[in-house]
Amino acid sequence: MTATTAVPPAAGRFRSPRARLQAYAIRHRSATIVVSMALITVAMIILPQVPPLSLIQRQSSWFDTFANAGVFILLAMGLNVVVGLAGLLDLGYAAFFAIGAYTYAYSNSPFSQQDLPFLPMLVVGAAVAAVFGIALGAPTLRLRGDYLAIMTLGFGEIVPIVFLNLDKWTEGTNGIGGIFRPEPLPIIGEFSALSPFAYYILMVGIVTVAMILLYRMQDSRIGRAWNAIREDELAAAANGINTVTTKLLAFAIGATTAGFAGVFNASKLTIVSPEQFLFAVSFSVLAMVILGGMGNIWGVAAGAFIVYLIQVVVLKGLNSMVEGLGIPVLDKINFVDYQYLLFGLALVFMMLLRPEGLFPSQRRRRELHIADELAGPIDEPGVIGALGEAPGSADEFGEAAGEDVPGRDR
Amino acid sequence: MTAIAVAAVAVYLIVLWMALFLFGGRTIDNAFPEALQQTVNALSIGAIYALIALGYTMVYGIIELINFAHGDIFMLGAFMSVVFIGGITGHNEAVTDIPLLIILLLGALLFSMPIIGLLNAGIERAVYRPLRHAPRLAPLITAVGVSFILQNVALTIAGSGDRKAPQIFPLEWQIPVGGAQISILSIFIFLLSMVLMIALQTFVSRTRLGRAMRATAQDQEASALMGVDANQTIALTFMIGGVLAAAAGVVWGLRFGFVRFDLGFNSGLKAFTAAVLGGIGNITGAVLGGFIIGFIENFSAALGYSRWSEFLVFVILTLVLIFRPTGILGQAAGDRA
Amino acid sequence: MTDTSEVLRADKVTKRFGGLIAVNTIDFAIPRHSIVSLIGPNGAGKTTFFNIIAGIYDPTDGRIEFRGETMIAHARRAWLEPILWLAMPGVVAAVTIAASFSGIAQGTVILGIFATVGVLLASLVTGVARGPAYQRFLSRFGIFRSARPNDMVVAGLGRTFQNIRLFQNMTALENVQVGMHSRLHAGWLDALLSTPRARAEELSSRLRAEELLTLVGLEGAGDGLAKNLPYGDQRRLEIARAIASDPVLLLLDEPTAGMNANETAGLTALIGRLRKDLGLTILLIEHDMKVVMGISDRVTVLDHGEKIAEGTPEEIRRDPKVIEAYLGAPAV
Repeated sequence: MTATTAVPPAAGRFRSPRARLQAYAIRHRSATIVVSMALITVAMIILPQVPPLSLIQRQSSWFDTFANAGVFILLAMGLNVVVGLAGLLDLGYAAFFAIGAYTYAYSNSPFSQQDLPFLPMLVVGAAVAAVFGIALGAPTLRLRGDYLAIMTLGFGEIVPIVFLNLDKWTEGTNGIGGIFRPEPLPIIGEFSALSPFAYYILMVGIVTVAMILLYRMQDSRIGRAWNAIREDELAAAANGINTVTTKLLAFAIGATTAGFAGVFNASKLTIVSPEQFLFAVSFSVLAMVILGGMGNIWGVAAGAFIVYLIQVVVLKGLNSMVEGLGIPVLDKINFVDYQYLLFGLALVFMMLLRPEGLFPSQRRRRELHIADELAGPIDEPGVIGALGEAPGSADEFGEAAGEDVPGRDR
Repeated sequence: MTAIAVAAVAVYLIVLWMALFLFGGRTIDNAFPEALQQTVNALSIGAIYALIALGYTMVYGIIELINFAHGDIFMLGAFMSVVFIGGITGHNEAVTDIPLLIILLLGALLFSMPIIGLLNAGIERAVYRPLRHAPRLAPLITAVGVSFILQNVALTIAGSGDRKAPQIFPLEWQIPVGGAQISILSIFIFLLSMVLMIALQTFVSRTRLGRAMRATAQDQEASALMGVDANQTIALTFMIGGVLAAAAGVVWGLRFGFVRFDLGFNSGLKAFTAAVLGGIGNITGAVLGGFIIGFIENFSAALGYSRWSEFLVFVILTLVLIFRPTGILGQAAGDRA
Repeated sequence: MTDTSEVLRADKVTKRFGGLIAVNTIDFAIPRHSIVSLIGPNGAGKTTFFNIIAGIYDPTDGRIEFRGETMIAHARRAWLEPILWLAMPGVVAAVTIAASFSGIAQGTVILGIFATVGVLLASLVTGVARGPAYQRFLSRFGIFRSARPNDMVVAGLGRTFQNIRLFQNMTALENVQVGMHSRLHAGWLDALLSTPRARAEELSSRLRAEELLTLVGLEGAGDGLAKNLPYGDQRRLEIARAIASDPVLLLLDEPTAGMNANETAGLTALIGRLRKDLGLTILLIEHDMKVVMGISDRVTVLDHGEKIAEGTPEEIRRDPKVIEAYLGAPAV
């Protein structure tokens, strides 16, 4: 039995079936994940064969779509560790995605004249991304949240620029093409453009394993430390947490996950180029995390899946539907072009109205609405600690700790 | 202070001259006029960055938020100017009739500045004010969202490439100085920016509202207790930031002849670096930082490395944040563990 | 750590914020197993002094010796540190460059480049993480860096805050478990692989946390959120969290603030129990004179950043300087 730090439903003699199920799921996380993913996989194999899904595209195209969605699910789960669990705003996440992808490209393409086995490269790509995550994080994680965000934004800008400009080594704008697909695996079959089933199953496997591992991290001593840092960094340090290394770990895990996603993506699209990794990608993943529910691993996975489907299927579908109906003004609008605008609007609305996302983690919902609770009587003692500064706002411990500043009467 | 500034510019001129000669392969005679030219360029681009940096620094000073969308406000200011000059008044080429030119310039400024100022203040009211007491991450993420929205609005309306901006200020008007042809436009840009910055400085230090801004920046609670309306003051700060960014936008169009939807993203990062370099929250610092970044960018461009200018700025930002996060004019934070 | 009779000794500690002197040349010592109170009017510098001891601020001058080791002082030779970080990778880089000129195979040079980057990263991370072994390494070069708050906890310090800083949205139990962070050993790998060690440690940490809650009088309240606890219980929870790391010295910043007479009495009794049963040494900032006089072995008085009196509660009560500091000079 794994003792966890997840918040169990309130103790009480008459627990609702839902609460009992929740408590059971928390205690047997890994089993729950495997079973759920198996059910989802089966559902996703059956559903595309029946309407309405079968009317939109063929089953094999659906497998393709699901496999691509899986890449973003992985990215969202990884960014969730950084933003949702540790509370660090990373605006350049796509850089690690790019690093994983290019690493695989260097190991499996006519350009590099290498053809290394896929599964080990999956690990190597993730490791290389992790190294860069540590390299970026080590000097910058001591900075306040705002500055960290800018630094990561800058890094996310620089990486595609470097890949673009060093064309002797990276083929510049054209990118590296003709990347070799993974070797056929037992049971799963061959990886090819025409039958994406193998990619789909592989992605399911990767996502399942990732979920299990990430939940383990969340429910562990480290996960508690991340929560503590996010709530109140000064208090966390004052309780023995080395905030720098703990944040670095979150960063590294996020980068590693993006690395996995990058390798998979490169092996599926068979081409990598700088445009695949611009800020819009970092922003999209961030939007997925926010919309899905920061801090909730299943939530962001669902969020990423939904957002990706909207992007790829729904908007296109809207286009054809509107075209078919012939509505005067609407049929001039290409919904696909507007997707990023819609993303931005959705993100801002979410932050204003429901920052905890569509599938919130209980913890985050409480944290994010603390401002509403503070609207009550100010001299209520229990709230004193939270007044005046939003949780997690301590800079390098300076002003946040200066409570008895000379000359200032209380 | 002015003496130091003049001396600094002179130093830059000499260093660039030598660099062009030693590394740029020019002859020592050719290098001088070129250096002079570039120095003037640096002053004008520095002035532009300074105007934008002021917006970042003032907002950060008053509510401790990095307004990610500020660069895009600048971009919209540039577009507004194009709309006025090219669209509304229909002038797409250089205007040599001086009174008309003056009217057009004034018109562009008076059109763009209020609109963008109000837009910025409006964004604050709609989007940042409700989140003022939320955990720090919330307004930050929202600002990124706003930035993204603004960029995509521009992208949707104006497309993804460079759009031509009418350069009504004739570029051929030049004064020969020291063998080089100094464009009067650059001088105009520099002077205009100086006027605006001095106006800002006067406003902040001498008027009641300006004092309110400084007080709120120092201690929001205490100034509220003194009767300062925080909401009004913050809205004013955003408005002024928008006005300055709009001016920078007008001037950008005149000088570079193009605008793009992602203009804000690139220049924004540089202007932000400038604000941090000078000392975030410090108005003089923003001006100082703006010019320094302008000069550095100009230096690398003059020697042929313009493709790496963003990289260079990012490196500078990294170094500043690691070694002296409070910037040049900020107090050293050496007492943190 | 050498076993001395003094748990903490502050030597001429001074702290300047710009032009303002918050703490001025304070000498201070805390004998083992004693309860010492730090009092003084508002703005006297008590919490600043606390924060220096806790590792939040570097003193401008002076030093703090904790359990026989100098933990806190102004940084010395800090400039040397980045040079050290670059030294090792520099050596590897130099070797690689030399190798590339001497005609060794391409592959080895590439290996050298990777090695340089790897060593650079490793030294950067070690430098930034600042573990105890690293601090010892630095001291060989005469480099001193003041301990950070988490280093002080590892060394045996626990503290509470003037404005309660619990993790509001975590349960009471989780709060205490966070307090134990530095005494637990399950790392990220243990967590990922869900090793038996990790699972056993989680179980035992839960049990221990429950014991600590019982100790401070919060038995059974473990599953409630910290922010839902009544005020007095929140203060107790913060104490439970602070002692969860098995500290030797406990810093309590106004532990009875906002409490009524009953609660105050209860907390005072708890403090006494902590000294008696757990052998803790306790440093208290307090404004409630009854508490101070009732429980302290010794009282130190600060005013305007300076120590103006020190002695037993009785002595302090009668000290004219103290009276003047609190009440003002008597009218002539």
